[in-house]
Amino acid sequence: MIWIIGIGGSLGAVTRFILGNLISNKSQKLFPFPLGTWIINITGSFLLGLIAQLHLTNQISEWLWLLWGVGFCGAYTTFSTFGNETITLIQSNKVKLAIIYVISSIIVGVASATIGLNI
Amino acid sequence: MKRKVIKVNFLSVMIGGFFGAISRFALGEWLHTENGFPLGTFIINLIGCFALGWFLTYVNQKKKIKTEFTLIIGTGFIGSYTTFSTFSVETINLFQQGLVFFGTTYVLATIILGLLLAYLGRKLALSKEKVGDVI
Repeated sequence: MIWIIGIGGSLGAVTRFILGNLISNKSQKLFPFPLGTWIINITGSFLLGLIAQLHLTNQISEWLWLLWGVGFCGAYTTFSTFGNETITLIQSNKVKLAIIYVISSIIVGVASATIGLNI
Repeated sequence: MKRKVIKVNFLSVMIGGFFGAISRFALGEWLHTENGFPLGTFIINLIGCFALGWFLTYVNQKKKIKTEFTLIIGTGFIGSYTTFSTFSVETINLFQQGLVFFGTTYVLATIILGLLLAYLGRKLALSKEKVGDVI
């Protein structure tokens, strides 16, 4: 069963890679905000909330939860890049932007997960 | 030629993502607690912040390291090993269960320690380089 999580993880990682590059290539020229990771973490939080709800109410089977919930959503979103982007902002003296990045990621991320869980 | 590079890059990220997700699951199961605090994701994200901080800085200093290596380990493995979505869902679960103290502690500790460890990872990679220069 563990390889199902791996397959979900590889799909999640490559989706993050493609989407992150697409968004960053366009947005970085306009302003130095890590918009790619921001959008990825918010949409992934919503999606995991939704899948978790379907799993908790037994509407999807265990392997679908492992594939799309644990594997895909878990790998699509990332905390390590989020943390390191924040440090990069702080080290380039963009402290205000770093604070906005952290607080908005958490508030909007948790709110999106809540919507997904209760939709 | 460009198409081939894109294929190799995608494959590298996918290989890293495969093992990153499995490692997250295995460690998460192992660190499972009975009191409801999401210790697994907490520890996983902290280790990942430190590892990525160290790795990206280390790679930045070495000109000869191949892009595929950075994509497998950094974007693929560490990126998939850590997770933001589980963090969000666990946080709202704690608050909905009335575990406000756990919820607040979880968010604040993950953010503060995660950022601190990402910073320390970078510092470590830089200090190693300095020692190497002296020798």
